Amino acid sequence: MSDTPTLLYCRCAYAQVVPTGVKNEVLQQLSESGASFESVADLCEMAAHRDPRLKELAAAGKLRIAACYPRAVRGLFHQAGAPLPEDADILNMRTAQAAEITSALLVDASTPPVTP
Amino acid sequence: MITHTARPLRIVLYEGRGAIPLPPEARARVLAALLDKGYAVSRVGSSGGAAARANDDHTLLVLGAFETGLAPEVEDAEGRVSIQARDISGLEADGVLSLVEQARGVRPMNEPGRWKPWFPVIDYSRCTNCMQCLSFCLFDVYGVSADNKIQVQNNDNCKTNCPACSRVCPEVAIMFPKYQGGPINGDEVSAADHGREKMKVDISSLLGGDIYAALKDRSAAAKSRFSKERSPDKALDERKKCLTKLVSDGFIPMDVLASLPSPDEILRKAEEAKAKAAAALAAQG
Repeated sequence: MSDTPTLLYCRCAYAQVVPTGVKNEVLQQLSESGASFESVADLCEMAAHRDPRLKELAAAGKLRIAACYPRAVRGLFHQAGAPLPEDADILNMRTAQAAEITSALLVDASTPPVTP
Repeated sequence: MITHTARPLRIVLYEGRGAIPLPPEARARVLAALLDKGYAVSRVGSSGGAAARANDDHTLLVLGAFETGLAPEVEDAEGRVSIQARDISGLEADGVLSLVEQARGVRPMNEPGRWKPWFPVIDYSRCTNCMQCLSFCLFDVYGVSADNKIQVQNNDNCKTNCPACSRVCPEVAIMFPKYQGGPINGDEVSAADHGREKMKVDISSLLGGDIYAALKDRSAAAKSRFSKERSPDKALDERKKCLTKLVSDGFIPMDVLASLPSPDEILRKAEEAKAKAAAALAAQG
């Protein structure tokens, strides 16, 4: 298992409760960083269907998630039978600014920005 | 409990060796277009990434602006997954989305806009397993696990935009992540939230007395009236009246009323739920 954290971005595409400006800006900055990351349309939708990919993600080692309220995100994973490890970092795009989110997501990203 | 997920493709946006990285703005546009359509995407750069992990999908679709201008032939060494690759050189986000949609073909997939993921999520760090939610919900959303713990068993039975069960939970342990306000949306629970009267609604107080007795009385009255009137509209009206207070207090959205069971069915379900809750509580000792 790699020491590099897995970055996970939730688009909240099914109900749009995450401010559009924030989620777009976070995606833009992730894209500019050149880091590898996972992105999903909606963690709630995945939890509702017990998507087995949640188990994969929960077992991926160190995880940093940009989604919504940490209590809700932990609950979603738990309910899907994929409890998150205690040390998972959950960043709340409903309340924080995009810059705060991305600086926390990419705090030790070693990959330099990729330019064509 | 739903155990399936209709997601026929796993998508990898590959920008590692052999592929030309997209400009960052184009990369963000492609990702947004795919995510907004309901796809999950792994973005893999030169450092590699999580896409190499095992997955359950039958088809892996690798997108990249390949240096040769041609998508490479790729196959799963273990033969478990069908891998397809597509060259996206020169394509805008909508062109990439079309390519992906073509690859998916007629295979069905969950898509945003068709359904709202609305269901309760239990915060087990707060839940005391009191079973009030099980007793309260008339739609069989809740159940009891083999070890007598409350759990959400039938997500799809939950009525969209109805957070009523979260309001009867004395520990503020029930969340609806798609709800706008806190703490129901998962925001931290303050002492004020916990103490607030609306968060400690006793089921029996919802109709100004015993909800089941109230329903029973109304059921009897409705039965008598229905036998004379025999009108489905009147029956629906009676159900609506019966739960007007729930609506006026904001516990149940109006459109949920239309899908409520009949008063008799409500009574039967309530009795079943109470029995289930009582059995689970008794088993806990």
